[in-house]
Amino acid sequence: MTVAADVRTEIELPDRSETANWWSRVRQFVRRNPLGAAGAIVIIVMFIMAALADFIAPYNPVANAFDRLHQPPSLENWFGTDQFGRDVFSRIVYGARTALLVGFVSSFIGASIGLVLGVGSAYFGGRTDLIFQRILDVFMAFPLIIMALAVISIFGTGAQNVIIAITIPFIPRCARVVRSSALAIREMPYIDAARANGFSHSRIILRHMVPNVMAPFLIMITAFVGQAILLEASLSYLGLGVQEPTPAWGLMLQGGAEEYAESAPWIAIFPGIAISLAVFGFSLFGDAVRDELDPKLRSQ
Amino acid sequence: MYQYTLKRMLLMIPTLLGAGILVFILMRLIPGDICVLRMAGGSGYVDPKAIANCHAELGLDRSPVMQFLDFIWGFARFDFGNSMWTGRPIVEEISLRFELSLQIAIMATLTAILLAIPLGTISAVKQNTWIDYLVRGFSIAGIAMPSFWLGILIILGLLITTKSVFGTPWMPPIKYVPIWVDPLYNLSMTIFPALATGYRYSAVATRMTRSALLEVLREDYVRTARAKGLVQQVIIRRHALKNALLPVVTIIGIEFAFLMGGLVVTEQVFNLNGLGKLFVASVSNHDYAMTQALVMLVVAIFIFTNFVVDIVYAWLDPRIRYK
Repeated sequence: MTVAADVRTEIELPDRSETANWWSRVRQFVRRNPLGAAGAIVIIVMFIMAALADFIAPYNPVANAFDRLHQPPSLENWFGTDQFGRDVFSRIVYGARTALLVGFVSSFIGASIGLVLGVGSAYFGGRTDLIFQRILDVFMAFPLIIMALAVISIFGTGAQNVIIAITIPFIPRCARVVRSSALAIREMPYIDAARANGFSHSRIILRHMVPNVMAPFLIMITAFVGQAILLEASLSYLGLGVQEPTPAWGLMLQGGAEEYAESAPWIAIFPGIAISLAVFGFSLFGDAVRDELDPKLRSQ
Repeated sequence: MYQYTLKRMLLMIPTLLGAGILVFILMRLIPGDICVLRMAGGSGYVDPKAIANCHAELGLDRSPVMQFLDFIWGFARFDFGNSMWTGRPIVEEISLRFELSLQIAIMATLTAILLAIPLGTISAVKQNTWIDYLVRGFSIAGIAMPSFWLGILIILGLLITTKSVFGTPWMPPIKYVPIWVDPLYNLSMTIFPALATGYRYSAVATRMTRSALLEVLREDYVRTARAKGLVQQVIIRRHALKNALLPVVTIIGIEFAFLMGGLVVTEQVFNLNGLGKLFVASVSNHDYAMTQALVMLVVAIFIFTNFVVDIVYAWLDPRIRYK
């Protein structure tokens, strides 16, 4: 009996301390980085909006209501209605889905490809590195909007192609940052040891080098999400992104927003606030992640 | 130094060539044909003979390799040929709009510098006080706010205030007049887009000023200056800022290069006929010659700015040259 009780406490103890530990870490993070915590709250709210959109949004975001065009904000339509009578608040809630989808998918894919290219470029060095760097230079110098314009013209509009268009410019940016960290890691004795063991190039790159450049990689991803949301909004605003009637914040600013700016300013104001808040949240959180992962840059 | 400059200069060539290859391929991957678009507006029947004639006239009947060599050879001699859409010389079409875009880019840069350096300095000197938080909040807001939304808000604000003050709503003019012809008219048109882009641009530079200054303020020579009994103001102005501004100048240079290609959205909001608009129109018209010339122009400006920044950097900081 006593033995069993002992065992139970032994099993339960680390569990409890881990939760306590987690909480104290969260509290520590908030105290150390109040701005980052504010960013995290914005991100959490966005996720809740996206996940529970069906329950939060009072109206169908794509249903037109021609008897309720340009209604000013009221108790029924918190943020008013647009030029098709659609509820602006509901469209913003559903728009969080588009923003998060495009933001996360494009920054994750872009940063991951950049990670592999950057580490590979640093690992092989010499001529391979030189050629890689020149190719990345081209993509860095190439005007971003034109790249997006070309991608959309080739593949057509829609969320999936917007993701491709946004992913491409992220690759060289991440590759360059990761490469400079990887260059230092290449000189480490454990890489020599791995090479002496006869491991393949891909194994050394993926198992020994990539895990050691995770800090800049994560910093880049968090920095990219906000930029991706902004880019998606810009592309949708130019009519090159997500298409009607899909709820997307940039799209909500296109067309009606400018035309009716004077008579129905709420159409233009609320989606802009949503975009700004989202990017604001991700920027603050990204700065905090950078501070946590890279002590050299702390408090800059 | 001479060798370094030469090496950096030679490295510009492959990047330009790569950008040329990329735009050449991208344009030809876009489905559609400029001749069909020109004759039938993209729909309806067009005589195949007329299309063939049009292709021959534009040189599109040659092999892609020949077309590419022709384009690069033309670029090397600064001869861009005629627009495939309007038939007018490309240099003429671009210079018409370049003035406007360049003016807005310069004004936005000035706005950015005037905002960024004082704000960044205050923020660094008063680190972790409410002033610092306020400035950082202001600058992150600049990064977060889409410049096109800021543009819409500015227009909205103008409409509402002018209507309540003068009775009739006023909008910035959209027809470009050079600043030396009618400065007031010109500024009333360009100041708002410049402010909208300049604010965003200043945000990046403010953050850079702050972090660079924070680093410099911890250097030994600043402590020495303080020990000598110099006033804080003199330390910052004469000793710290001078060294802190190096990375700020870099980021302002690089952002300027981005701006030349990135005014597309702002021009759309303010309905300006600048390079950005020309870009969008030439891609959707399948005007290969024009798009290629524009991309090469923007890439060349970008590479050249980077080159100048690098050279200035190497000149100021000899350690870079020997890396």
